[in-house]
Amino acid sequence: MMEWKKSKTRFFRQLPLHLLILPSVICLLIFNYAPMTGLLMAFQDFKPRLGFLHSPWVGFEHFKYMFTYPDSRQVIFNTLLIASLKITANIIVPITFALLLNEIRAILFKRFVQTLVYLPHFLSWVILGGILTDILGNKGIVNHLLTLFGANTIFFLGDGTWFRITVVISDVWKEFGFSAIIYLAAMSGINMSLYEAAEIDGASRLKQTFHITLPSLVPVILVVGTLALGNILNAGFDQIFNLYNPLVYREGDIIDTFVYRVGLMDGSFSFATAVGLFKSVISFILIVTAYRLAHRFGNYRIF
Amino acid sequence: MYHKTIGYRWFTVTNTLLLTVISILCILPLVHVAAVSFSSSSAATANQVFFWPVGFTAEAYSRTLTNPLFLRSLVLSMERTLSGTLLSMALTVTAAYTLSRSFYGRGFYSWFFVFTMLFNGGLIPTYMLVTQLHLTNTLWVLILPSAVNVFNTILMMQFFRAIPKELEEAASIDGAGYLRSLITIYLPLSLPSLATLSLFSMVWHWNSWFDGLIYMTDYRKYPLATFLQTIIQGGDMRNTNIDPGQLQILSERTVRSAQILIGALPILLVYPFLQRFFVQGLTMGAVKE
Repeated sequence: MMEWKKSKTRFFRQLPLHLLILPSVICLLIFNYAPMTGLLMAFQDFKPRLGFLHSPWVGFEHFKYMFTYPDSRQVIFNTLLIASLKITANIIVPITFALLLNEIRAILFKRFVQTLVYLPHFLSWVILGGILTDILGNKGIVNHLLTLFGANTIFFLGDGTWFRITVVISDVWKEFGFSAIIYLAAMSGINMSLYEAAEIDGASRLKQTFHITLPSLVPVILVVGTLALGNILNAGFDQIFNLYNPLVYREGDIIDTFVYRVGLMDGSFSFATAVGLFKSVISFILIVTAYRLAHRFGNYRIF
Repeated sequence: MYHKTIGYRWFTVTNTLLLTVISILCILPLVHVAAVSFSSSSAATANQVFFWPVGFTAEAYSRTLTNPLFLRSLVLSMERTLSGTLLSMALTVTAAYTLSRSFYGRGFYSWFFVFTMLFNGGLIPTYMLVTQLHLTNTLWVLILPSAVNVFNTILMMQFFRAIPKELEEAASIDGAGYLRSLITIYLPLSLPSLATLSLFSMVWHWNSWFDGLIYMTDYRKYPLATFLQTIIQGGDMRNTNIDPGQLQILSERTVRSAQILIGALPILLVYPFLQRFFVQGLTMGAVKE
C-alpha cells in the first residue's frame, strides 16, 4: 500500500515532464508507429476497394515473387552495387582530401577551400539534379568541352554503365567535403609530441603520415565504416530519382525508386510494401549490428 | 624540419594547386548555371555560355518572378519552412528537456524515440495512413509527419545536459517547477544551439520535395522544391496537367536555370551561418571518450 502511494505521488510530481513530452509521443505514434501496422499489407493482396480488413491474405506470396521476378532481383543487385561503390568511395576520397588539407598551413587558404567544398552538401538533389542534367546532357557544357577536345559525346545519364559511374561520382562530389570534417577533427586531436619525436628520429612527412596520422584515424574510420554498412540498402533515393529516366531503369533502378514506381504509380500496394518491408528488416538488423560493433570498437553511442 | 626540405616545398605547391582546382570544381557547375540564367536565350541554346553570361539579360528572372505558378509555390515554401520549423523546434525543445531529466519512465521514452530511427513502416503504409487522415493537399501534410526529428532531439538533449544542474536546483528551491525552469533557465542558456537546430530545420524544410510530390495531388499546391522537381524532370509533367504554353516558358533553358538559382538562393544566403555552426553540431554526439 505504501509503495503504491509512493509511486503515485512520484507520478504526480513528475506529471509536467510526461505532459511536456506527450505531443512528440503522439506525433510519433501517429506518423511512425501506426504505419508499422500497415506492413501487414505485405502479407495480403490489398485492394483499396475492399480495405485493410477484408483484403485476402496471401502469406509470403509477394516475397517469393520478389526473389523470382527478374526485375526485382536486378533492383536488389543495383542497390547493393551502387551503395557499396558509394560507401567505399565516400570513405577513401574524404580521407585523402583531409590528409591533403591537413598539410596546408595558410589558414586563410584552408578556410577558402573548406567554404567551397562544403557547399554542395547543403543543396538538395532537386537543385543538383537540375544542374547535373543541364551540364551532363547531350548538349551540356561537359559534352561540349569533350567534343572541343576531339572526344566522343558521352551519354552520362542515358547509358546504364555511365549512369552508375555518374551517380557514384556526383555523390562523392556532393559529400566528400562534408564527410572530411570528422577526419579533420580527429587529426587536430593528435598529440603533437608524436610528430616531434618522429621528426627527431628523422622520419619524413610521408612516413609521419603513414605511421602517425593514418593509424590515429583508424578508430574513426572503423566507426564511420561500420555505421555506413547499416546503409547498404540505401543507394540514395533523392539522387537517383532526380537523375534517372526510363533509358537507365535497368541499371539505375534501386529498391526505393522501385517501391515508389510499383506502389504509387502502378498501384501494386501489397507487392511494394513487401519489398519495402524486406528492406526495412534487413536495414534494421544491419543498423543494430553496426551500432553494437561501433560501440565495441570505437566507443560510439548515441545516448 | 620537414617543411624546409625541397621535396616538401614542391609538395606544398602541387598540393595548393590541386586543392584550388578541387574547390573550384565544387562550385563551377553552379557558376555555369548562373551564367546561363543571365544569358540571352539564343546564346544559351547555341551553347555559347561557359562561366560568364553571354548577351547579359535578366529577362529569365523577370519571366520567372512574374509567373503566378512559380510565385505561388515560392510563397507556399516560405509558409511551410516557417511553420514547420516553429512546430518542430517546439516539439524538439519540450521532448529534449524531458529526456534530459532523470525521472521514472525516461528509459521507455528514449527507446520509444530511438526505435523510430531504426525501423519504419516504409513508403506505402505511411502514404496510405496520411491519405486516410485526409491530410492531402493541406499545409499540415508538409509539417506534421516530420515534426518530431529524433536526431535533433538527441542533440538538444545533450546541450541541455551540459548545463550545470545546480542552476535548476537553485531555481527549484525558490519554487520553480519544470516548465518554469525550462523557460527561464534552459532556453536562455541554449540560444546558440536553438539557432543552429532551427537553421538546419529550415534548410531541411526548404529542400524537401518528395512529400509535396506524393501528398499534393493539385500541382498548384506544390512547394517550390517539388515544383522545381517537376519542371526539371519533364517526364512527370503529363501527370500535372500544367498548361502547355506555361510549360514551354518554364522549361526553357535560361528560365530553368534562373529557377534553379532562385531555389538555391536561400541556402546560399544562410550558408555562412550554417558553416559556422555545423562542425560543432556534427562532431557532437559522435565519438565520446
